Amino acid sequence: MLTLLSNVLIDGMAYGMVLFIIAVGLTVTLGLMRFVNLAHGAFAMIGGYAAALLTREAQWSFWLALPVALVATAALGALLEAVVLRHLYRRSELEQVLFTIGLAFFLIAATNALAGPQVQLIVLPPLLAQPVDLGFRTLPAQRLLVIAAGLVVAAAAAWIVARTRFGIWLRAAVDHPDTAATLGIPIRTVQCASFAVGAALAGLGGVLGAELMPLEPYYALKYLVLVLVVVAVGGMGSLVGSLAAALALGTVETASKYLASDWGSLFFFLAMALLLAWRPNGLLRR
Amino acid sequence: MNEGTTTSPASATQPLAQPATARPSPADAVAPRVAPPWRSALVVLAIGAAAWWALPEQLGLLTRIAIAALFVLSLDLVVGIAGLPTLGHAALFGAGAYAAAIFALRVHADPLLGLAVGVGAGALLAVLSGLFLVRYQGFTFLMLTVAVAQIVASLAQKARDWTGADDGLTGFTMQPLLGRFAFDLEGRTAALYAVAALAVGLYVARRIADSPFGLAVRGIHENRARMAALGTPVRRRLIAMYTLAGALAGAAGALSAQTNAIVGLDSLSFALSAEALVMLILGGAGRLYGALVGAAVFTLLHHTAASINPYHWLFVVGGVLMAVVIVPPDRAWAWLRRRLGGRT
Repeated sequence: MLTLLSNVLIDGMAYGMVLFIIAVGLTVTLGLMRFVNLAHGAFAMIGGYAAALLTREAQWSFWLALPVALVATAALGALLEAVVLRHLYRRSELEQVLFTIGLAFFLIAATNALAGPQVQLIVLPPLLAQPVDLGFRTLPAQRLLVIAAGLVVAAAAAWIVARTRFGIWLRAAVDHPDTAATLGIPIRTVQCASFAVGAALAGLGGVLGAELMPLEPYYALKYLVLVLVVVAVGGMGSLVGSLAAALALGTVETASKYLASDWGSLFFFLAMALLLAWRPNGLLRR
Repeated sequence: MNEGTTTSPASATQPLAQPATARPSPADAVAPRVAPPWRSALVVLAIGAAAWWALPEQLGLLTRIAIAALFVLSLDLVVGIAGLPTLGHAALFGAGAYAAAIFALRVHADPLLGLAVGVGAGALLAVLSGLFLVRYQGFTFLMLTVAVAQIVASLAQKARDWTGADDGLTGFTMQPLLGRFAFDLEGRTAALYAVAALAVGLYVARRIADSPFGLAVRGIHENRARMAALGTPVRRRLIAMYTLAGALAGAAGALSAQTNAIVGLDSLSFALSAEALVMLILGGAGRLYGALVGAAVFTLLHHTAASINPYHWLFVVGGVLMAVVIVPPDRAWAWLRRRLGGRT
């Protein structure tokens, strides 16, 4: 019983952390910049694919492939933002939905054409593949890396938004772009950089979560719902809220997989509906 | 945590330079409609019949377009007229589909009775979920519709004895329509049946949208607080509209079940909800005929792209969706007209 509980808690935490890392970017773009980016799941997919291809086909070390994959995802995000997406910030939500879902379709087709429809595996270094003895149970080191990465991302994001000049710029650019621009804040750079960082974090989530959410072309749409749920339950634009929501929902999903697997995602969405019914604006609204 | 020196987002979204005097002018009010409600239905019937007669090889495609159009029409009542953004409309479609299939399998295989059961199932699910959903607005409403649809899909997967779960529900054969027209292999009956149902659905939707009730719902879409102040029971009107839309979506689901003779879990999927929303936005929300245009264009596009290259049809669909936003169709037409006008 106790082992089951600890299994559920640890795996749930890992799952929640993956959801949180992917959701950070969406929390910023959707919650703060009010840009409905349904192609966000595609960034996670691209990060994961890049890491998988680099480690498996090019035989790179995981530790080298990971940063390269993240930089590639960030570059793609920045490029898309600078070329097209920034023109859509002032369009209606429905137009944003139409464009970004078209983009997601396009990226799905592109991955399918380039890498094929099969599930991609990331080759883990021996350090991560081996089990770690925690005293009361052993678990794969990869799980620990996921949890640690989630904590680091949460702390870094909180620190950047609350304490640094970039965070002040970001909040100013979000709250009142015209005034911020008048005051000399380079809001274009800020928007582009936040978008790129969000894309890179989604890529990180895609790499770290590859064991829980298998990498395949339809990844981009399949797990988009989960990430949207995390942002909605956490409260638009609240990073702490997203973290809380991701951990809670990740634990619920993992518990239902352990205890009632034939019910599918019923409990995940039931929990989401109850949480949203209880707090319609999310757990912590900014 | 994000609190700090910044101003609140509420004041940021409304530019301060725009004072409250900028009210919509009275000319914006919806003018009384002159075209009789049965005209567009007759047009649809005529186009459908012409296509049925002229393209006997494409009857399956015609059936699919008619069913998709009926489904998107129902979505337009919710999104375009009532202004409730939903990504869970497939739940109502799937409810109708499963109800019609189960009814045909276990009770009676008459298509019209089955259609009525599908309509009832869609309306029932809509009223039950609507009682909960209409308490919320905007993004919260959107996400709750996703949750409802996913819960229904999980339940359908769990109830394997009734729904067949991943294998799909098959094994039912429909009796001839009106006791006379058997469902043939080429789908001649099915196509006419679907087109006729679409015409009836369009007539009903038109009557609903132009009725005083429909106008009240449009008013709620434009300004909820003002309609409430005028004495409109906002939530009751929205539930009623959601239920009517559920009935139409249920009809579309029942048609799909009867003409395909199979119901799978994909009829409850998020992808179906998202595709229907894409069709609606493509055609233009809130005008009903936009739903028909969008469904026809998207289904044709899907079909053509898939026949050109079955593996990479998403390239074409995704590319077109992006192009439509970057270059809106009306602007493209204006540009084309100018070019052609300049040459002659």
